[in-house]
Amino acid sequence: MTYTKTAKALHWLMAILLFGLLALGFYMHDLPLSPDKLKLYSWHKWAGVTAFLLLTFRLFWRITHRPPALPDSMPKLMQLAAHAGHLVLYGLMIAIPLSGWLMSSAKGFQTVYFGLLPIPDLLDKNKELGDLLALVHKSLNLLFVAVLAGHIGAALKHHFIDKDDILTRMLPKH
Amino acid sequence: MKKLALALTFASLIPAAHAVEYTQVQPEKSAVTFVYKQMGVAVDGKFKKFSSQLNFDPAKPAAAKATFDVELASVDTGAPEGDQEVAGKPWFNTKAFPTARFVSGSVKALGGNKYEVAGKLTIKGQTQDVVVPATFTAQGNTGVFDGGFTIRRADFTIGEGAWAKFDIVANDVQIKFRITASTK
Repeated sequence: MTYTKTAKALHWLMAILLFGLLALGFYMHDLPLSPDKLKLYSWHKWAGVTAFLLLTFRLFWRITHRPPALPDSMPKLMQLAAHAGHLVLYGLMIAIPLSGWLMSSAKGFQTVYFGLLPIPDLLDKNKELGDLLALVHKSLNLLFVAVLAGHIGAALKHHFIDKDDILTRMLPKH
Repeated sequence: MKKLALALTFASLIPAAHAVEYTQVQPEKSAVTFVYKQMGVAVDGKFKKFSSQLNFDPAKPAAAKATFDVELASVDTGAPEGDQEVAGKPWFNTKAFPTARFVSGSVKALGGNKYEVAGKLTIKGQTQDVVVPATFTAQGNTGVFDGGFTIRRADFTIGEGAWAKFDIVANDVQIKFRITASTK
């Protein structure tokens, strides 16, 4: 049992994109103001919109294509934990770009996809709300990093300790 | 008797209408705002402190005069780190050039409530001729001027060094104002 080619492609494409987004986000926000900083912010927003678009397609694919079942060798409680972990990952992949979008609006810097397509502002400019949403965006990302660490750790444990196919079945050539 | 009273009322109104001169600027009902583009994104900003002197009689627009002084350090770019940056040397250099000044020259009535004000705008020690379209709306003894024009920041060397290119912050900056003034 393995995943569809599309599901694998989406998983790895988003893995690369989300690692890039996380690294960029944590790097850029402490930079002193410069043209490069503004450029990085714009790129971060464009990449975030791209990730969200990929995610909507991925959710559609996930709902219409059942992933392979977890092995019977896994205790029921661990299976439940795995499902819960994936649910949290999906939830954060929805909530993080939304919080970034709302934060941009509240801070008065609209998101314009690739500098061409304006994404509507759902909130009016409001400094306090902007600062609050910045904290929400950051906290959700810290949580995301923690859950990702669990995700990667679990995949490695399956491969090296349990020696099952949980990790390899997500690899392109499986 | 009624006719006479009416005639007297009109007689007293007509000269009054000609002498109406708007001179008392109400800062709390006036604003200087701007819009700049950052990588295709329009961002609003404003200046919190400015003062202006005004003499405007709608019956004699050609004699109108206006002077505007904008305190550049009072800039609100929409982000606190932006405010600090823009006050600095590469942008306004507010230590050396604390104010921007507009002085009107000729004023043309374009018909209706539209006017065109030619004048000189000085920012950061550099003066440029600008033409400012404006409208004037009177309500009782208060009049409101609304107008706007576009400057190119490079004409005043606003944004030097790393900021001099226009790929991140565009050259065109739209300036808008509203001045509310009353008669004496």
